Amino acid sequence: MYQLIVFLPLAAAILAGLFGRRIGDRGAQIVTCGAVGVAALLSWVALYRVGFQGQVAVVPLFTWIDSGEFEVMWQLRIDQLTAVMLVVVNTVSALVHIYSVGYMSHDTSIPRFMAYLSLFTFAMLMLVTADNFVQMYFGWEGVGLASYLLIGFWYKRPSANAAAIKAFVVNRVGDFGFALGIMAIFLVYGSVDFQTVFNATPQMAGQTFTFLSWEVDIVTTITLLLFIGACGKSAQLGLHTWLPDAMEGPTPVSALIHAATMVTAGVFMVARCSPMFEYAPFTLAVVAAVGASTAFFAATIGLVQNDIKRVIAYSTCSQLGYMFFAAGVSAYPIAIFHLFTHAFFKALLFLGAGSVIHAVGGEQDMRKMGGLWPHIKVTAVLMWIGSLALAGVPFFAGYYSKDAVLEAAFAAGSGVGDYAFVLGLGAALLTAFYSWRLLFMTFNGTPRADHHVMEHVHESPQVMLIPLYMLAAGAVFAGIAFVGPMVGENWSDFWGQSILIREDLHKAMAEAHHVPLWVKLAPVVAGILGILLAWQMYIRRPDLPGALARMHDGLYKFLLNKWYFDELYDYVLVRPAMWIGRLFWKGGDQKIIDGFGPDGISAGVIGLARRAVRLQTGYLYHYAFAMLIGIFVLVTLYFYTMGH
Amino acid sequence: MTSLGAADLVPVIPELFLATAGMALLMLGVFRGDGSTRFVSTLSVLSLAIAFLLLGLLPEGRTEAFAGMFVTDAFAVFVKSLVLLGSALTIVMSSAYIRSERMERFEFPVLVLFATLGMMMMVSANDLMSLYLGLELQSLALYVLAAFKRESTRATEAGLKYFVLGALSSGMLLYGCSLIYGFAGTTSFPLIAGLFAGGVEVSIGLIVGIVFLTAGLAFKVSAVPFHMWTPDVYEGAPTAVTAFFAVAPKIAALGLFVRAMIAPFGELADEWRQIIVLLSVASIALGAVAAIGQSNIKRLMAYSSIGHVGYALIGLAAGTQQGVRGVLIYLAIYLAMNVGAFAVILSMRVKNGMVERIEDLGGLAQSRPMMAAAMAIFMFSLAGIPPLAGFFAKFYVLAAAIDAGLYALAVIGVIGSVVGAYYYLRIIKIMYIDPQAEPLEKPMHRELGVVLTVSALFTLLFFAYPAPLLAGAEAAAASLLSP
Repeated sequence: MYQLIVFLPLAAAILAGLFGRRIGDRGAQIVTCGAVGVAALLSWVALYRVGFQGQVAVVPLFTWIDSGEFEVMWQLRIDQLTAVMLVVVNTVSALVHIYSVGYMSHDTSIPRFMAYLSLFTFAMLMLVTADNFVQMYFGWEGVGLASYLLIGFWYKRPSANAAAIKAFVVNRVGDFGFALGIMAIFLVYGSVDFQTVFNATPQMAGQTFTFLSWEVDIVTTITLLLFIGACGKSAQLGLHTWLPDAMEGPTPVSALIHAATMVTAGVFMVARCSPMFEYAPFTLAVVAAVGASTAFFAATIGLVQNDIKRVIAYSTCSQLGYMFFAAGVSAYPIAIFHLFTHAFFKALLFLGAGSVIHAVGGEQDMRKMGGLWPHIKVTAVLMWIGSLALAGVPFFAGYYSKDAVLEAAFAAGSGVGDYAFVLGLGAALLTAFYSWRLLFMTFNGTPRADHHVMEHVHESPQVMLIPLYMLAAGAVFAGIAFVGPMVGENWSDFWGQSILIREDLHKAMAEAHHVPLWVKLAPVVAGILGILLAWQMYIRRPDLPGALARMHDGLYKFLLNKWYFDELYDYVLVRPAMWIGRLFWKGGDQKIIDGFGPDGISAGVIGLARRAVRLQTGYLYHYAFAMLIGIFVLVTLYFYTMGH
Repeated sequence: MTSLGAADLVPVIPELFLATAGMALLMLGVFRGDGSTRFVSTLSVLSLAIAFLLLGLLPEGRTEAFAGMFVTDAFAVFVKSLVLLGSALTIVMSSAYIRSERMERFEFPVLVLFATLGMMMMVSANDLMSLYLGLELQSLALYVLAAFKRESTRATEAGLKYFVLGALSSGMLLYGCSLIYGFAGTTSFPLIAGLFAGGVEVSIGLIVGIVFLTAGLAFKVSAVPFHMWTPDVYEGAPTAVTAFFAVAPKIAALGLFVRAMIAPFGELADEWRQIIVLLSVASIALGAVAAIGQSNIKRLMAYSSIGHVGYALIGLAAGTQQGVRGVLIYLAIYLAMNVGAFAVILSMRVKNGMVERIEDLGGLAQSRPMMAAAMAIFMFSLAGIPPLAGFFAKFYVLAAAIDAGLYALAVIGVIGSVVGAYYYLRIIKIMYIDPQAEPLEKPMHRELGVVLTVSALFTLLFFAYPAPLLAGAEAAAASLLSP
């Protein structure tokens, strides 16, 4: 069964990708939706078996690399953590597949799109079922590739290509850290197998080795390197710049890859490696600090963005921050729980946004929307549900997970925990504000689109709405249904051996349920405050935002330009890199290597050839003379070598 | 000196047969006139085939004749087999050519026969005297062949140049021989070798003698700087003769070169190695560079053969058994590639006669796809591209050079083959990409077609079953170095 879950999407991708022309658009849609749909159903079965019956399994496939001491297997590791991820990945993926049938119906290369989606699904499944670091890296790179292909899906748009390249390059920075981490693991442990490495970690704690000529703590170094990888893939502060640009891809892609699944790979990886992170307190502090900072930082940018998808993208970035600081205070189950609920409501929001964009003919700027409520009521309701879940309004999915995250941060009782709690609370307020800003700007007020667009505003077809209904159900019920088993008092029954927490040291998980009442209420209050504030500014006093922006011009510009990260990187990294690249290209490659290499040599050879031909005069005495010179040289050479 | 008994002549049987057959065919031709050329050709090929068989029937091991002046061992048998094969294939390939070029005279096959006899004598030479005799017998026949097309000024010029320069080289060789004799007191290879066995001081006169001997031999194999005759003679001589020049005499001369360096002077390898290295490097470099500027395919093949001689000399420079084995493998593969390439060149005929510019091959891939494919195989192989036979030829000599510590030589060899690849690939490009030149006449002569197919298959499939050739070359090399 587990093989089916993983390889059905691959088979579908190959079918649709290589034989797309043969089976046609419809055929490609049926094959991919069918395969991923079956995989999704089986994933729920897997979750039931593994999560609730405790039937953990390891499915060996075959040996991948066997070179000296380096042995890597293809092996599916199906434990509780994997099962949850299987459900998230396959469910959202199946719904996005179906949604894409409607959303991409006017596109000219449907089989290619469907094949990429399925390929992504397969890579993501390889990632979450990996039983060793190399296999995980395979999936890690595979999702990176699929992400690149899908961001640049409309490859005729220069901006899409630029965004795809940016995503790929920024991810490479993280991937490089990850790869270094894996190499260090092999160096130190002599194995890349999860179980072997995790079992050996307690002995490694506190030992040091030489890295970059420094004497450093082994586990801390390795986990920091792994975390750099996680930062890249999960768009954490510093390596986040690619995510908003990735919105150049088709909206279903944003929902699947850049909200629900791929970007959460970093969180998953940290949870998967909890047996290592637990022995690296410094790394955990870094994780928590980076996560909390990202959560707040991304939320501030989300306040002022005007592109509907970018707002949600920054919101994703921010929510990933929540997951990381939950993991950073050793509350891995809560991090994964937030990942789980977030997948549903964020996919819902993105697909809803896609439905809006679809309705207004491709427009993404919210300043050109407004007053859409009467025309697309279903979409509007669904977006409300998604936003309520995101803002953590009680009894929606996000309420349970976000509360748990903040409670864990508070319960950690450490400096970074408090830092995370404060920033997380602030971000919760901002989240509610920008969510309702989005809703109000889109659906309420007077229409700002021209009347041509308004005349054509229409509700999306059923094939797009049905996945939305299902995601909405998830956004409402995923929290209440799973909060007990996943993060309740008996969380360890559910998670089994898949997550390790040293409870003697890290009490966040245990104490999360025993925080003061005000801590439990604070997120809800923050959320409702945010909503009210948005209502005040965008419904009651629509002139207020403009006035505020004028009043705090500097701050507004600062936020609008995303804290000038792109400009900073451009100035510090991109331009020098371009300069160095140009230097090596023009000077190093063209002038030196080509000049003295291929071009120079070939020119020299041709010159030599001309001279050699000219030697051949045709005169007999020249030839005889050459022979005599030759014998003279040979005799001289012979004497010379004799002398030595 | 022992008296000459019948048993003493056993090792010479193939040569004796070939000499008798040559004279008999000459008589036949004289009495029957030029009309009998085809008949004489057929009989010549038959004689070569019989000589080949006789070669196979010789007793195993090393046997000497004529008081030790003539020796037959596995090395001699191996090289002679190649020479006989080369000569026979040349006669087969030229029959159509000499007919169409109005040079169908019975002396042609007979001269080839006598040249072959000379080559066989050379390969078996075990004495400076027999060395010279064999060399001259071969050369005299070749001088005539080069000028065989008497009414063509180009051919006669080529023949005359070859003759004059050949005489000069013979003079050098003889001068070397006399110096060696003067300082060593003997002309016999084993006796000369015996002189050095004790590690005695070598006199300067002997050294100079060796150098002159080397120069004379280098002329025969057309190693730089004694190569100047090669392009002119290759271009000027009738194509059939060029094909002959490019194969059998080269093989025989290289065989002789190897024997003349190893058998008497093997102990001095460290001294003469420098000279061979110099010849080899110069030949590789010139062969790679000068061919680029050529527009005549026969001239190009001349430079190509100069380059290949350079590679074969790498094996000799190594001076080891592995090196000699490399040379022998090289010669065998060189035979196949060159015979095939010349089969194509001999088919380059348009309505108004033979053409020999490289451009005349333009668009061959469209008009004659099979022929173009075969030519492409030969060119890739000559360039040394795996998995074709030419790659292995280079591989074995370069491996021997590396094992002998001649790293610089091996590197130069590789660089030379990269540069040389240019002009081989250019021919392929002309055949496959360039516009159609005047289409070649169809059909190809049957004999040429057969030779072409067989040599192309050998070149293409050598890698699949190289064992027999390797084993033969191994045994031959062993017989020379540790008799």
